Formats: sequence, structure tokens, C-alpha cells
Amino acid sequence: MSNQTQRPSTLPMRRFRGNRPPIGSEKPKNFSKTWMRLLRYNSRYIVAILIVLVLAVLAATFQIVGPNQLKVMVDEIAKGLPAMVDGQPVSQSIDFKIITDIGLLLAVLYTASGLLSFSENFIMATVTAKISRRMRSDISKKINRLPLRYFDQTSHGDVLSLITNDVDVIGQTLNQSLDNFVRAITMLVGTLALMLFNSRILTAVTVISVSVGFILMQIIMKNSQKYFSGQQEGLGEINGHIEEIYSGHNIVKAYNGGQDAKETFEKINQKVCESAWKSQFMSGLMRPIMEFSGNFGYLAVCVVGAILAINGSISFGVIVAFMMYVRYFTQPLSQLAQSLQAMQRTAAASERVFEFFDQTEMDDEDHKTQKLSNVKGDVAFKKVHFGYEKDKPIIRDFSVDIKAGQKVAIVGPTGAGKTTIVNLLMRFYEIDSGEITIDQIPIHQVPRENVHEQFGMVLQDTWIFEGTIKDNIIYSKKGVTDSEVQAACQAAGLDHFVHTLPQGYDTVLDDKMILSAGQKQLLTIARAMIQDAPMLILDEATSSVDTRTERHVQAAMDRLTQGRTSFVIAHRLSTIVNSDIILVLEDGDIVESGNHSTLLRQNGPYANMYKSQWEN
Amino acid sequence: MKKILKYLKPTEWLMVGVSLIFIVAQVWLELKLPGYMSEITTLVQTPGSEIAKIWQVGVYMLLAALGSLVSAIFVGYFAARIGASFSKRLRSLLFNKVESFSMAEISCFSIPSLITRSTNDVTQIQVFTILSLQVVIKAPIMAAWALTKIAGKGFEWSMVTGIAVAIVLTMVSLLMIFVIPKFKIMQTLTDNVTRVARENLTGLRVVRAYNAEEYQENKFETTNQDLTDVQMFTSRSMAVMRPMMGTIMTSISLVIYWIGAYLIAEAANMEKLGIFSDMVVFSNYAMQVIMSFMMLIMIFILLPRASVSADRINEVLDTKLTILDGKGTEGLPEKAGEISFENVHFRYPGGEDCVLQNINFTAKKGETVAFIGSTGSGKTTLINLIPRFYDATEGVVKVNGVDVKEYRLEELLNQIGYVPQSAVLFQGTVASNIAYGENGDGPYTPEDVQKAIAIAQAQDFVEEMDGQYEATIAQGGTNVSGGQKQRLSIARAVCRKPDFFIFDDSFSALDYQTDRNLRRELKNETEGVTTLIVAQRIGTIMDADQIIVLNEGKIVGKGTHEELLSTCKVYQEIAMSQLSEEELAL
Repeated sequence: MSNQTQRPSTLPMRRFRGNRPPIGSEKPKNFSKTWMRLLRYNSRYIVAILIVLVLAVLAATFQIVGPNQLKVMVDEIAKGLPAMVDGQPVSQSIDFKIITDIGLLLAVLYTASGLLSFSENFIMATVTAKISRRMRSDISKKINRLPLRYFDQTSHGDVLSLITNDVDVIGQTLNQSLDNFVRAITMLVGTLALMLFNSRILTAVTVISVSVGFILMQIIMKNSQKYFSGQQEGLGEINGHIEEIYSGHNIVKAYNGGQDAKETFEKINQKVCESAWKSQFMSGLMRPIMEFSGNFGYLAVCVVGAILAINGSISFGVIVAFMMYVRYFTQPLSQLAQSLQAMQRTAAASERVFEFFDQTEMDDEDHKTQKLSNVKGDVAFKKVHFGYEKDKPIIRDFSVDIKAGQKVAIVGPTGAGKTTIVNLLMRFYEIDSGEITIDQIPIHQVPRENVHEQFGMVLQDTWIFEGTIKDNIIYSKKGVTDSEVQAACQAAGLDHFVHTLPQGYDTVLDDKMILSAGQKQLLTIARAMIQDAPMLILDEATSSVDTRTERHVQAAMDRLTQGRTSFVIAHRLSTIVNSDIILVLEDGDIVESGNHSTLLRQNGPYANMYKSQWEN
Repeated sequence: MKKILKYLKPTEWLMVGVSLIFIVAQVWLELKLPGYMSEITTLVQTPGSEIAKIWQVGVYMLLAALGSLVSAIFVGYFAARIGASFSKRLRSLLFNKVESFSMAEISCFSIPSLITRSTNDVTQIQVFTILSLQVVIKAPIMAAWALTKIAGKGFEWSMVTGIAVAIVLTMVSLLMIFVIPKFKIMQTLTDNVTRVARENLTGLRVVRAYNAEEYQENKFETTNQDLTDVQMFTSRSMAVMRPMMGTIMTSISLVIYWIGAYLIAEAANMEKLGIFSDMVVFSNYAMQVIMSFMMLIMIFILLPRASVSADRINEVLDTKLTILDGKGTEGLPEKAGEISFENVHFRYPGGEDCVLQNINFTAKKGETVAFIGSTGSGKTTLINLIPRFYDATEGVVKVNGVDVKEYRLEELLNQIGYVPQSAVLFQGTVASNIAYGENGDGPYTPEDVQKAIAIAQAQDFVEEMDGQYEATIAQGGTNVSGGQKQRLSIARAVCRKPDFFIFDDSFSALDYQTDRNLRRELKNETEGVTTLIVAQRIGTIMDADQIIVLNEGKIVGKGTHEELLSTCKVYQEIAMSQLSEEELAL
């Protein structure tokens, strides 16, 4: 809701993820470097992560020794079966001490494995949540340390997407990448070792049969990639079309464009349907093939194991153990693939976050001890040069001398550099050459915050955030009393309106509470009044308000500008006719300056502009 | 959820039926495997068995495994087919429905909500359809069948399996009760975090000007902490899940064998072998049962989400249209080119107060009628009644002397060139944007397009663009400026060669000079077209044949500029705020 009166340039819907690849299919530019950096960034959790990895190894180890013990137990039970000795069924008795011992041992091992794996998951969940929080905070802090210049080239959507998508992806994948990877490796290696220990032939059978399924899966994966990207593309296209047509509904209706839109839609929809079923079918194959691979291993172990058992080269218990090992061997294979993919996604997302962290920040100004205080309000621009891009100067050799308390109006056509002057004065951007001074002190010699303190600012973007009216007016200023808030609102002509609201100054401004453009403007004026700074900047402060409302706002603004040096940018000339100096800008140069009547008499650009308002 | 299934076609139901058969086949074959295993066990434990017998059983096992794979592939194929065509149909139904909506229905839902309903919600349904066919339907069949296989094979074993299932179900219900709601909260908290960050970004200059960086960061930190707390809770709770399930799965075979030892020891000699092979098989079936119950849980996680999506889709599809086509009419020839409002009142659906009250005026052929008034005075609402974006609550809006409701919508709209407040451009080219839609007279020629662009004062910049008339326009028209967008959107209306122009504050982004040139050209080139203009600037409308001053939904003044200056107080106020006293004296 803070965003209702944007400039046209920022109004069109920004495509959220820009030109990024669809989630999931992305590859990081430098996998290992990013992971090293991620670990360094989280160095305070490194011990915890190491513990997690040790726990993962232990939990996996405890789990895989299970079947080996179960084997002994089964063999012991098998002893109780009748064997044919000389045509007579003879059965030995089962040694229940062994059974109980192994049973208890396994119970302990399984429980321990469960507990270890729980603590591992628990710690990793905690660490991951903390890392996500830290990343989010750092992004938020970074936003305020970057020069505004950075945001000229980067859309808000891209920065927000770091928080909503990338950190989210990191949070999800970190949880299941590192420890899963280590666990899977342990399982795989451990299982392999124990299988070899038990029977080489069965090990070979297991590995071969499981690999068949696994290789099959990889082939399918590789070949289905194109359907997946096709599906993503198609979905992107159809969503884009839906967004466009819905947003332009009034035009589609009024121009009978519906038939056309439908045809395009159906065409894309058909394409999406084609790629959707193919990609869904392909991904649907994974599970059955994994299952088959498991079953195949299981039956191979059963058959080969049975033959070996009949020949007497292995005991029956080995078969039982291998039936479980097949599962222990198949599982980590797919987990390995998953965790590698997860690690790639983590890296790709982290890369974007780190890229953002690496952006050059504004200069550190702690060493600047000089401060502006008790400012009178003399402002001077001396031979100022500036361009947003190095080779495209916007302001050329701009000089002007402003006395304390003067009302300065800056007028000129769009693109003439009016807002740029304000950006330079506030040190939102640094000038290329020349000097801007306040009370004869160059502003680049004092910290930025100190410059900001000297100005109250009202912008065309009536920036209002979700919070109470009082919060919005006080904003970041400390020690403001309720009566001061009320006084400011009275001066801004807002007090009466606020009193008509059920909660008065504590009314929460959110999506449901809709203020008119004029009311919002008055609110930002009240905010500037509370700030009570020695100087004032009004940048197109009333252009989003209709002219009748503007007259009411104007009265409040006049009260605000009294006795303060103020800079007013306006394209409605009616608001600035009473200024002390009017600077007429064209292409970054002052082409004329003076007050309203002198400028009219000069019959130059200002006079033309002024007359064109009502000419026919 | 049930309601949305009615949009499945009979062929798709047939496919569902066929895949059901394959699912049953799959389950049957999968459950055969442990059975063969029991045969092998018996063979191994029976001295003197032939190896050839084992190979034979092995081949059966392989056939069963392959058969189950093939059935699963068929199920997957049908599931993918059904899911894709179902979502295609839903998307198409939604799109067509939304296209038939008038502004009244659109504003009921809001555009972003309709977009999510047609995109994300449909995807949710697709995911649900496919997953339920592949996994969810299979789980209960598997569980039930496996249970019948083990029933009667040993009370103790069944008990243990029952307990394991009970533990799994309890765990899951606990998670459902305590954790799932937190996931919903998490969404809100994520939105909060994004909101605060967006606030900081959109107010960057304000934040810096007020040295409020720390304030914003603290605010962000609070929401961040809230989110982290909930995230921590959910992921820590989920941390219990996997180890718990794993331990249950491994323990079940241990317990089965453990119990088996005692059962075998106590059994009579001849029964021992039978019990032994039952034991081996049982541990397999028990695992299948527990796994199936775990799968079943997916229903409870997926279903609520899918049914919310289904409800949201149904809501759109079930919406009754309020604006319906008329029978069709040509209009009265003697009143051609005339628009008139007769005692028109308008109230938004569900709104309490009238936005427009007692509106009466007539715009004659070729006349220009302008509307002026403060924000919220009802100007836009008034002109929206002409192309029937909304219908008047009371009174009659007439075009060519006939009630707009009697026209077929297309017939009515073909006579109107409407330009909205905020210009809308579509992805494509300059030409495709100008020659947009149709006016019932066949396609537009390139000459029509060029002429329209010239009249709209857009020739200069269009000819400077890369590719000129065929220059690319990005989605949302992001690659042209606000003023340029407005001129292109005006050109689109001109190209239509309508009988009526409706300009809804369409000149506001133009500088005064361009505004004036455009209106002059328009007047010269489109003689006889009746024009309705909503404007903020007095300069734009001073020369209108008739100016209508609106205030709080009522007409408070009607006449020419000069007349109104002397008679209408509201108009005077507006004029005074824009013109100096000398100009007013003119």
C-alpha cells in the first residue's frame, strides 16, 4: 500500500524473477567456490555442522550393522528347524541366550541410531533456520548501505526475490543436502563393506542389479530434461499471457479482442498440455523404476542366495541380511542424487545472495568528524557536474547561490534534471565534480546522515507503510509526544479527518484502510513537519492530487516552508508562482532564473511554459 | 474438491477406471514377490531341493517384478495424461469465464487473485490429480491387501504390526494437529517479511532522507525473528519424523524375528518350517503395510491444499454473469451519434452509497462533452456505464437513442473507441497494438495504423524506434515511456474509426503542447465523432461544447467554460487552482 502513486516508469508490472532460469533446473557458476564461501559465511556454525556430520555418520553406521546381527539371529532360529539326518527329521534347540543378546543389542543400536539421527536433524534444522535468518537480516541491512545508483539498474522484484525465493531455497536445501550427502556416502560405503564381508557373489549381484535400475533412471532423467524445461517455458508463457490479458481486461473487452486472446491462449495451452503430460509422465517413471530396481535386486539376492545356501556356501541368515542390504544400498543412491541436486540449488541461490552482498557499498564515513549544526540555510551549487552514467552528463556546470529562507522552485520539462538536483543535494548520488555547500561547508565533508538531518522531504511517491497513523507520522524520530503529532496534523489540515476515524491516531493503515491521494499527501507533509528540519524539499509533492485538493494541501505546505530554505519541484506552475527564485532547467543547465514576474517579462522558456497551460 | 471433478470428461473417467485396473494389477504382482520368497525359503530349508526349481521361482519373480513395473508405467501414463488434460481444461474454462466477466465481477475478485486462480491453483490441482492416481489410490489397496495376506499367519506378529501402524498414525496426527497449522502461519509471516523489505525498497529515498535505516532494520528484524521462530518449530518437529519412521521400519523386522524364534521353538516339528517361511514373508508384508500407511498420509497433506485451490477455482467458474448480451439493435437513425443519460443512478455491488445520482445529459453527434471534478466525484464510473463495464443501477444509458442493454455487446463496443486512464499495451509490436481487436469492418490496413499513429502525435517517436511500426513492445509496455504509452493507446482508439470516443483522463501524461496538438488533429480528422472526455486539466476541456461538473456523484454544473465560470462554484474553484486571475478574467 506504500506504493500507490508510483512514477510511470516503475508502474508496469515487473516480471518477478526477471530472466532467471526456473527454480530447480539452475546450475551455479562456481559450485565449490560458492560452497566454501557459504561455509565461511556461516563459520560460527561450523562446529555445529561438524557435529551434525559426525552424528550422521554414526547414525548410518548403527543402522547398517543391524542386518549383520539379524543374520546371526536368523541362523540361530534356523537351527531350530528340522533337518533331515538319515531320513529322520531332527531339530536342534534354539539358543535363546544368543537370540536375546542379539535382540537387545539390535534394539539398543536401532534406538541409538534413531536418537542420533533425530539430534542430527534437530541441530541441522536449528542451524538452517538461524542461517536463513542471518541471511535475511544481512540482505535487509545491505539494502540500506547500497547507493541509490544500484537500484537504478536492479528492480525491487529482484532484490525481494533474494529474500522470498533464494533464502527460502537455501533454507530448504541446506537442511537436506550436506548431512544427507554424508549419510548417503556412509550408508553406501558401509553397506558395501558389510556385504563384501558376508558374500562376494551376492554383493556383485546386488550392485549389478541395483545399478541397472539406476543407470536406466539416469538415462531417463537426461532425456526428460527437455520436457521439463519445455514445461517451465510453457507455463511461464501461459502465465504471462493470462497476466497480460487479465490486467488489460477493459481494453480486451472494449476492443472485442477476446476472440484473439482466446485463440492465442488455446494455442499456448495446448503446448503446455503436451509438455505437461510428457514431463509428468517422465518424472512419474522415477518411482516405479526405483521400485523395480529394488525388487530386481531383492529377487536376484533371493535366487542367487538360495542357490548358494543350498550349496552350503552361505547360511540362510545371509539372504535375510542381503534382503535388507539391497534396500540400504538403493536408498542412498537416490539420496545421493537428490542431495547433490540440493547442494547445487543451494549453491545457485547462495551465489545470487553473495553477488548482492558483494555490491559496492557507499563509502564509510566514520572518519568525517565535521558536522553541520544550527544550520541557517545558505545553499550553494558550484560548477556541479553529474551524470547517472559516466558518459551521459545530466547536469553540466550547474551553479546557483541560495540565501537562507528562500523558496526555490525548480521547473523544466521531463528529463531536464529537476529531481537530480535534489538527489545531489541529499547526497543520494555523489557529484562527479564541483561542490555543493550548506552554510559554506561542502556537504561531502560531513557524514550523509548529517546532511539528511538538515532536510525535511515530501515526495511525489506518498510513501506510507503498514502501521498506525501515528507511527506513520512520527516515523523514525524519537521522543515525539502525542500533542506534537496532533499539532502537526492540525497544521497539515489532517486532524479533522483523523478524528472521524474510529481509532483516531491509532488507526492502522493497511490494505483495508484506503486513504485518498490527498490524504496521503497530507500525512507525508505532517511527517515532514514532525521532522522539523532547517530546510525542506518538496519534489512534485502535489502532482498526484487533483487541483482542488491541491489548494488545501498548498496551504499546509506554505505553513511548512515559512522561514525555511525550501526547494520545490513542480510541473504545475500554479504552485510555484510565489517562489523567491525560479530556476528553469533544460537539459541540465539553468536557462533562466528569477522570480515569476521577471521571468514572464523576459518572455523566455518559462513564459512559454506558463502560457501553454491554457492556450488552445 | 468433489465439485471440481465434474469437469472431468467421460474419456478421462474411463482412463481413471483403466488405471485403477492397472493399480490393482500392480499391487497384486508386488505382493506376489514375498510369496515366491516363501517358496524359496521352503526350498532352501528343505534338504535335497533342486536348483532348477529355484531358478523357476526366480523367473516367476522376475516376471512379477516386470509386470508390476509395466503396470506402474501404464498408471503413470494415464495419470500424466489425465492430469495434463484436466488442468488444460480448467485453465481454459477459467480463462474464458474471466474473459466474459464485466468489471463488476472482476472487481469482486481483483485481478491478481484471478491470475493466481488461473495459474497456481490449476497447477495445484494438476499435481494433486497425478499424485493421487499414482500414489494415493494405491496406498489403501496395498495396505488392505497386504493385511489380508498376513491375517491368520500369527496373532503376535499381527499385533506388532498393528502397534507399529498405530504409532505411525499417532505421530502423524500429532504433526497434523500441531505442525500443519504452523505452515499456514508461516506463509503470513513470510509475507510480512517481504512486506517490510518491500516497504524499505519502495521508500528508499524517504528512509534515507529521514535517517531511518535503523528503524527499518529493527522492524525487519522483528518480523524476521517471528518467521524464524515458526520455521524453527516446524523444521524441528519434522526432524522427529524421519528417524522415527526409520526406527519403526527397522525394528519391525527385528521384533518379528524375535517373536518368531519363540514361536518356532514352541511349534511341533512338522509346523516349524511353515512358521519359519511365514516369518520371512511376514516381515516383508508388514513393511508394505506400514509404508502404505505412510503414503496414505500424503492424502492428508495434499488434500487440504488441493481442496482450497478447487474451491477457489469453483468460485470463479460458478460466478453468475451480471452483464448479458441484448437482442441486438441498429439504433435509431435519427438519433445516430448520440449518447444520453436519463436519470442514471449507480451503486457498486454491495456498496451502500450511490456513486452516481440522478445523472442527466445528452451528447449530440459530433459534440465534445467533458467531465471534470475532484478525485472520487464519479467521472470514471459515469463513462464506464457506456461500454457496459457496469450497468446502471437505475435509469437508462442510451447510445444512438437505444438502451445500451439492447445491443449485443460486440455491436455496442464496435462503435466505441475507449481509452482508459492507465494505458494498456500488450506484448507484440507497435502495429499489433494499434490494430488491436476488431471493429466488425474487417482487418485494419497498415495505412489505418499509420494514420492513427500520426493523429495521436506518436509518429515522431514510433519512427525513431527500432523497427518503427513493427518495433517490439514488451509485456506491459515497459519499453516505452508513460506519455508514449498514452499516445499509442489513443492511436488504438483512433484506428478503430469509432462513432464515439471515450477518453478517461487519457491526456494527463502528455505535456500541454502535445495535448493541444493531439486534440486539434483529432478534431480535424474525425469529424462527426461524438467525444466524451474526462480530464483534470481545465486547459484540456476549456473548448468543449459542454462541460459537466461532477461533485460527489452529482452534476453540479453544466455548460460551457465561460458559463460555468460565472455560475458554478466548484468549477470556479477548480479553475482558480489552475489558472491565474488574469487568465480567469479572459
